[in-house]
Amino acid sequence: MRGALRFAGLGLILVYCLAPFYWMAVSAFRRPSDQFAVTPLPSPFSLDNLTAVFAPEVGFGRSLLNSLVVAGVTTVLTLIIGVSAAYALARLNFRFKNAVAALIIATSMFPGISLLVPLLALFTDIGWINTYQSMIVPSLSFALPLAVWNLTAFFRQMPAELEQAAMVDGCTRGQAFRKVILPLAAPGVFTTAIITFIAAWNEFIIALSMVNDSKMQTATVAISRFTGAYGFDQPFGTQMAAGVIVTVPLVILVLVFQRRIIAGLTAGGVK
Amino acid sequence: MTAVARRARGATSGAGRLAAALLSPTFVVLGLVVGYPLVAALRESVFREGTDLDESGFVVEGSQFVGIDNYASIFAGEAASRFWNAFGNTTVFTVITVTLEVLIGVGMALVMHHAIRWRGVVRASILVPWAVPTAVSALLWRWIFQADGVANSIIGQQILWTTEGWHAKLAVILADVWKTAPFVGLLVLAGLQIIPTDVYEAARVDGASPWKQFWRITLPLVKPALLVAVLFRVLDALRMFDLPFVLIGNRKESVETLSMVAFDEASSLRFGPAAAYATVLFVYVVVVAFVFVRLLGADVIGEARERSRK
Repeated sequence: MRGALRFAGLGLILVYCLAPFYWMAVSAFRRPSDQFAVTPLPSPFSLDNLTAVFAPEVGFGRSLLNSLVVAGVTTVLTLIIGVSAAYALARLNFRFKNAVAALIIATSMFPGISLLVPLLALFTDIGWINTYQSMIVPSLSFALPLAVWNLTAFFRQMPAELEQAAMVDGCTRGQAFRKVILPLAAPGVFTTAIITFIAAWNEFIIALSMVNDSKMQTATVAISRFTGAYGFDQPFGTQMAAGVIVTVPLVILVLVFQRRIIAGLTAGGVK
Repeated sequence: MTAVARRARGATSGAGRLAAALLSPTFVVLGLVVGYPLVAALRESVFREGTDLDESGFVVEGSQFVGIDNYASIFAGEAASRFWNAFGNTTVFTVITVTLEVLIGVGMALVMHHAIRWRGVVRASILVPWAVPTAVSALLWRWIFQADGVANSIIGQQILWTTEGWHAKLAVILADVWKTAPFVGLLVLAGLQIIPTDVYEAARVDGASPWKQFWRITLPLVKPALLVAVLFRVLDALRMFDLPFVLIGNRKESVETLSMVAFDEASSLRFGPAAAYATVLFVYVVVVAFVFVRLLGADVIGEARERSRK
């Protein structure tokens, strides 16, 4: 009885999490003419929506590339800048450490729009509108605290004896960090990279505000702006297909690295 | 001062210098992308852009100092009803979605915690809603909530979910809860897993019912993790933008949040009022965070503190 109840609970969670996503995939593979069908499987199966997404006049390939550039550069910059801060927070004892940690985590909680309004005015003045940097720079405001927080948690899990041994053997602290800690922390750095990349890839309001040229818009913005062939009807089939394209890489990442991602996500919120 | 103490002191100040060097890149960047905009928003909120007439009837161009006018026009006057509506929507969305997310999230965590088989599969699937971009999930739910969409055909009704009214609010709440309740579940599950099992054994020996165990052991022990999760969720919900914007639309009274009003003003190049709205939202967020940390004792940096005490 108990076992059955548990099993039902698990089933319920699976349906809850996957059903809407499943519906997106099913709708993507229907023929546009039977878009409103409610059968649980697309019949007949069709790739029309998928090919419509990549029609040259839509320019969705370019949007995907833009997303890749913005999220990729944001991730790399964040890791380069954040890794030393995380090491300091995890390993060194210094005054105001709590205040510094609190300040960094606090910045990630500020509402994006409070930062965006002045940056929008500034970027308009210096001609940065419709550039990659106008999306990358504001993205650092949420990506950097997130990465520092995750990396700190990973560095903390590594035994301090490692670098002490290296320093006894004549390494400086910097060498101990570069040659001992960083290689061993590679899985943590990699996990942080995935989490940061997903956060930056999913970003919407910055990309929406900073870009008005359709060539420069990111995938999330492009999907929300798809218009139908007839102008009025929303092209849901195409949107669902594009949604699948944008989401499936993330879902694969998440499924492959689920253990690590969960460790990273929960390290921030729970001790 | 003994030699040992001096040496310890020296080590700390050396560590302090090193820490400052290691932390400075992060602080420079955060100062530029967070510190500067916050100050600039405050400055901007007391100016007004554009052509205007001064007291003697002359045309003046560019931005002019208007003091608290931008704020005054938020709280009173024609824009006030829009502000209070957005403030109400933001608050209602936050309270309802976070409450539901906590209830569902705790339920999910308990189910996963007691599961032995299938746990990996469920843990992986729970990440799927988290990984779907909010804008895409908004479109997905817009599709589900179409007049002849699957939601209506399941409940056998003809509700126009995405038009103005209570159902638009409900659609936003459902979509938000779907995406984030599993995330709360993950955080709570991590909190559950650090509770030692012998506490439960002792309770069972003493004859405590499962119900009592939940209220007396599980909930108090998972409270720190839960509180931090709730704080993160509340602050995230207060800045809600993508979901109502894509699911229902811009300038829709029933779902307009503070972020959306600020965005709308900024995109009409009315930066002064936009900055005022954004600053009000910022203050709201800070007050809520303060209440959580000071009054409820949410220990956001718990681990860092524990470490430095050693």
